[in-house]
Amino acid sequence: MTTKKVTGSQALILSLIEEGVDTIFGYPGGAIMPIYDALYDFDKEVKHILTRHEQGAVHAAEGYARVTGRAGVCFATSGPGATNLMTGIADAMIDSTPLVCITGQVASPLLGTDAFQESDVVGMSIPVTKWNYQVTSAEEIPQVIAQAFYIAQSGRPGPVLIDITKDAQFGELDFKYEKCKKIRSYVPETPVDPFKIKEAAELINAAKRPLVLFGQGVIIGNAEEEFKTFIEKTGIPAAWTLLGLSALPSDHILNVGMLGMHGNYGPNFLTNEADVIIAVGMRFDDRVTGKVSEYAKKAKVIHLEIDPAEIDKIIKADVAVLGNSKKSLKMLTDNVNKNSHNDWVARFRDCDYTENEKIIHKELFPEKPGLTMGEVIRITADKTNHEAILVSDVGQHQMIASRYFKFRKSKSNVTSGGLGTMGFALPASVGAQFGAPDRTVVAVIGDGGFQMTIQELGTIAQNKLPVKIIILNNNFLGMVRQWQQMFFEKRYSFTELHNPDFIMIGKGFGIEGHKVVARENLDDGIQKMLDHKGPYLLEVLIEKEDNVFPMIPTGASVSDILLEH
Amino acid sequence: MKQEFIITVYSENHIGLLTRTTIVFTRRKINIESLTVSESAIPGVFKFTIVIKETKEQTIKVVSQIEKQVDVLKAFYHTNDEMIYQEIALYKVPIAALYDSDKVEKIVRKAGARILEITREYVVIEKTGHKEETQGLFEELNEFKVMQFIRSGRVAITRDPIERLSEFLKERDAFLDSMD
Repeated sequence: MTTKKVTGSQALILSLIEEGVDTIFGYPGGAIMPIYDALYDFDKEVKHILTRHEQGAVHAAEGYARVTGRAGVCFATSGPGATNLMTGIADAMIDSTPLVCITGQVASPLLGTDAFQESDVVGMSIPVTKWNYQVTSAEEIPQVIAQAFYIAQSGRPGPVLIDITKDAQFGELDFKYEKCKKIRSYVPETPVDPFKIKEAAELINAAKRPLVLFGQGVIIGNAEEEFKTFIEKTGIPAAWTLLGLSALPSDHILNVGMLGMHGNYGPNFLTNEADVIIAVGMRFDDRVTGKVSEYAKKAKVIHLEIDPAEIDKIIKADVAVLGNSKKSLKMLTDNVNKNSHNDWVARFRDCDYTENEKIIHKELFPEKPGLTMGEVIRITADKTNHEAILVSDVGQHQMIASRYFKFRKSKSNVTSGGLGTMGFALPASVGAQFGAPDRTVVAVIGDGGFQMTIQELGTIAQNKLPVKIIILNNNFLGMVRQWQQMFFEKRYSFTELHNPDFIMIGKGFGIEGHKVVARENLDDGIQKMLDHKGPYLLEVLIEKEDNVFPMIPTGASVSDILLEH
Repeated sequence: MKQEFIITVYSENHIGLLTRTTIVFTRRKINIESLTVSESAIPGVFKFTIVIKETKEQTIKVVSQIEKQVDVLKAFYHTNDEMIYQEIALYKVPIAALYDSDKVEKIVRKAGARILEITREYVVIEKTGHKEETQGLFEELNEFKVMQFIRSGRVAITRDPIERLSEFLKERDAFLDSMD
């Protein structure tokens, strides 16, 4: 292998190119200037997207990672630049999103002296990173970057932060690059144990009322086909977590809907009837389980999972199948009998009927004057042929969008699940559009969350990104207001918003848009947005005090799911 | 039911790993009773010995969270009776106590402790043993007003005849090589 003399900064950019990085989201500043200077010479090989805030950069990197399956990369300077990344890094950690975050740091002799824009980034990012490392000499850079990508993208993915001191950026080294293939202390995935597969298959073959719960592990493992084959062979109904959404087409006959607090009636209620639960790449989040002591008491639990620390963490597994879901699902399919559970599946459809009568129909085809979030989502999804990428923020609109958008393709749902980060969607849509330039990206955002990262309209405008932004405006922090209504005697403490003219703000950034306040203009309004070539901002005025149902109140069992208040 | 567990962690020698390990306990509001870190028999591999009072269930979860850390090679947990363990304690006692009677000498002999240093002002006594023993000696010596007392964290080894780590590292290397 030939080597050449380069600076640490050049070595960083060359290393990123070696890893196939084509897009970086970032924001320059003092301690990362040598890296930005090196970047200036590589504009043909790698795009850098200047966001308007470091939080925007890290969420954009997340959006990019979620639609491509590859690590998102972001740059920030030391001190406040780095601390502004933390929310996004924490978000990526809990949602298993691969990121490589590069932060500049003060020169190594100044470490620990409270130098200008110095902060202990490595120390403060420990609990929210899969791995982090501080580079203080240029020679370390190629190897550390190789490790960073290997760790971020293998096993259960996650964010990695590399902090590079300014002297290491200026220092020189002989550059050669080798991808990382193993790390002695790190086992990304364990081989699937055939005996566990046999045990699992026996339980599945004998099951009368089996239920599959699938999460993002199916998407991360690229196991969508293996998953579909498995449920089709066994005839088992399958329900998704928020992040599992889009792994299985919404119209698949065995797709019985969404789990959790605002999920569908059938899969929640019938969890407590199931005799065998097969959990695939999901982690039994409290939003999914409701009251754990009353969760799935009649069921034997089979847990297919890549992360050993998830086994028995919340729900005890009768059979734990460790390993990559693509491999374990294939082996499981080979070992189970062909079967069908028509009567059992019919019970989900009965529940759907009830839910449709009580909730869904009214939400999607309302007869009252006020607009509902559901009808906006329904029309948008229909008009994009259910093939768009949906980026949603956090709150009521997120639940409605997830419930009603309906998907045909995997990696199409980008949302902040575990951390519930308001302000996620607008910057994440930037990354999603760069990661999937040929697809329609629809960002659905509430009026509250939109104002948390509103400045990223600038990034969208500067890059002429054709993101379709829908603000579902009810002039409230809707989800908190719903809880105040239901559990705090309608004491609406600080949840009402006096909002600006969003369309005028969009125009100020050079983004076209218009506002819809009446049903007769909704269809055309959405069409106009989708027909527009560039970015577009559509604001829809929503009924002020609508609620999301069904709902499992905190501390209640999944079978106590409420259809109305 | 909460009881004492000894958690043993083998890790690479990386800066920040101590924080990464202890923060797993902090996040779950588990108090660390004692913590000792040193290089193991294998150069470059460090060994943490951590004592906590917890339920078995919670201890298992904590150990799997520690083992999940990229730079951690392996983490184990044991009950006290599964391991041989010791702590070391040092006591500084005024010299007068030694001159005034033979009591201190008798206490030291009985406890199997030893005298490390004698000066004009004080005598330094060393005792290794379990916490109850080092604490017992403290209470006896304190009759003479112990000037300073310090006890180390616990060190522990398993009752296994073989060093598991070297076997483990060999297996790990073979396994990782077989992956590609």
